[in-house]
Amino acid sequence: MSTLSLMSLGSDGWGLAMLVAAGVTLSVASCGFLLGSVIGGLVAWVKLSGGAVARAAADAYTTILRGIPDLLIIYLFYFGGSALLSSIAGLLGPGGFVGVSGFAAGATAIGIISGAYQSEVFRGAYTALNRGEIEAAKSVGMHRALMFRRIIAPQVLRYAIPGLGNVWQLALKESALVSVTGLVELLRQSAIGAGSTREPFSFYLAAAVLYLAITTVSSWGFRRAESYAMRGVRRT
Amino acid sequence: MTLLSTPAVSVRDLRKSFGSLEVLRGISLDAAEGQVISILGSSGSGKSTMLRCINMLETPDAGEIAIGGEVIALRKGRNGRTEPANRSQVDRIRSRVAMVFQSFNLWSHLTVLENVIEAPIHVQKRPRAECIAEAEALLAKVGIVDKRNHYPAHLSGGQQQRAAIARALAMKPQLMLFDEPTSALDPELVGEVLRVMRSLAEEGRTMLVVTHEMGFARDVSSRVVFLHKGMVEEDGPPGEVFSAPTSPRFRQFISEHR
Ligand SMILES: Nc1ncnc2c1ncn2[C@@H]1O[C@H](COP(=O)(O)OP(=O)(O)O)[C@@H](O)[C@H]1O
Repeated sequence: MSTLSLMSLGSDGWGLAMLVAAGVTLSVASCGFLLGSVIGGLVAWVKLSGGAVARAAADAYTTILRGIPDLLIIYLFYFGGSALLSSIAGLLGPGGFVGVSGFAAGATAIGIISGAYQSEVFRGAYTALNRGEIEAAKSVGMHRALMFRRIIAPQVLRYAIPGLGNVWQLALKESALVSVTGLVELLRQSAIGAGSTREPFSFYLAAAVLYLAITTVSSWGFRRAESYAMRGVRRT
Repeated sequence: MTLLSTPAVSVRDLRKSFGSLEVLRGISLDAAEGQVISILGSSGSGKSTMLRCINMLETPDAGEIAIGGEVIALRKGRNGRTEPANRSQVDRIRSRVAMVFQSFNLWSHLTVLENVIEAPIHVQKRPRAECIAEAEALLAKVGIVDKRNHYPAHLSGGQQQRAAIARALAMKPQLMLFDEPTSALDPELVGEVLRVMRSLAEEGRTMLVVTHEMGFARDVSSRVVFLHKGMVEEDGPPGEVFSAPTSPRFRQFISEHR
């Protein structure tokens, strides 16, 4: 059978299942990425303005996370989360093994990993700010929260967009690793299709095309966002 | 000049060190309402530091600053350094004291008009429409209303500084601080900024101007203060201090800067 007919959207084709799986990939990567933005923002803030102990903890977090293979982190969250839930369930009453969902474990793991990278992106963007503009904000009587919301955050975001685009691509690739939890995302769905039709090349080719489509559209989106955000900056 | 009313700003025995470097060594200065004071001095004499203390961009180690009679409350922090006792008082005072910086410091992600209306809307919480109308009038006054929708990076230095002056005026400040406002400008752009400052002086605004522009000090200001090594060395109306300086150092400074 040809790849195209295998991937037809009709009832005897695998196209729909592959598209749904691509949707799962997008969702787990996006949830992880957004969680990573929250973590990354907080960690960057701690690194920039926290006390010595908090800063050391934040540095340890990024160092450790970057030193452990991503796959291992996903296993730790999946099995660690399941063990935790099982023991909590054991306290509440008799029961056996309780598994966390592959989606939750995967999104959390991606969030934790991506948070480490995003904290560096945000910190770098903050240091790119012009101190004089912050002084100007102080000099008109802006209190800290207002200055953060009106002056700092928009500019940090603007400088962070290219870096965030790279971290997003990483999150997308990490989402393929989540297939080890049994979550039927794009890679797992391809393996299932490959196994049952004995046409592995067609399925993995289709998966590659879908991944490429997602990354192409998203890098276009990040470029658009960047050129919008940089509209007030002179190109040098 | 006698000070019958409360001075617009009153500085008492101001001291400030950076590490072991004593930059301000007991400065006292009263500015009456409507006075335009040029602050002169060679580089490193503490002019900018004094100005920055007045709106608390630097915290003095000792001394007292009062704006329109309101003393800025300071206290000793845990590390032994002074700090503002009350942040909201500092913010409130800053919203009445405008600062114009050497490097303009316009907010680069906002257009000129957005720069001017930012603080009136978000700090002073005035109605947006009213702020826009006022901002346009101010931009017309400084001669750049046609640039209102441009971003700062697309303006010349002189235009940026005029926009920064409009941003300062939009707060309806009681006191304006200028920290070497023309020092970062190409020579041919200095005049347009000085013209705007002269018109503000003629309106009777209270201004403290750190400057190297002797022409401005001589012709526009009502008073000249010369700092030397963190102390006031000469203080008086320009007509007097320029023709008969009492301090030999100021005499030398004049001869080097004509
Ligand atoms: N934030 C700072 N940290 C350390 N030294 C400073 C700081 N600000 C100013 N100084 C030093 O204080 C001295 C006086 O500076 P400044 O007030 O800018 O003088 P002026 O404006 O008269 O040139 C200079 O020697 C300068 O290097």
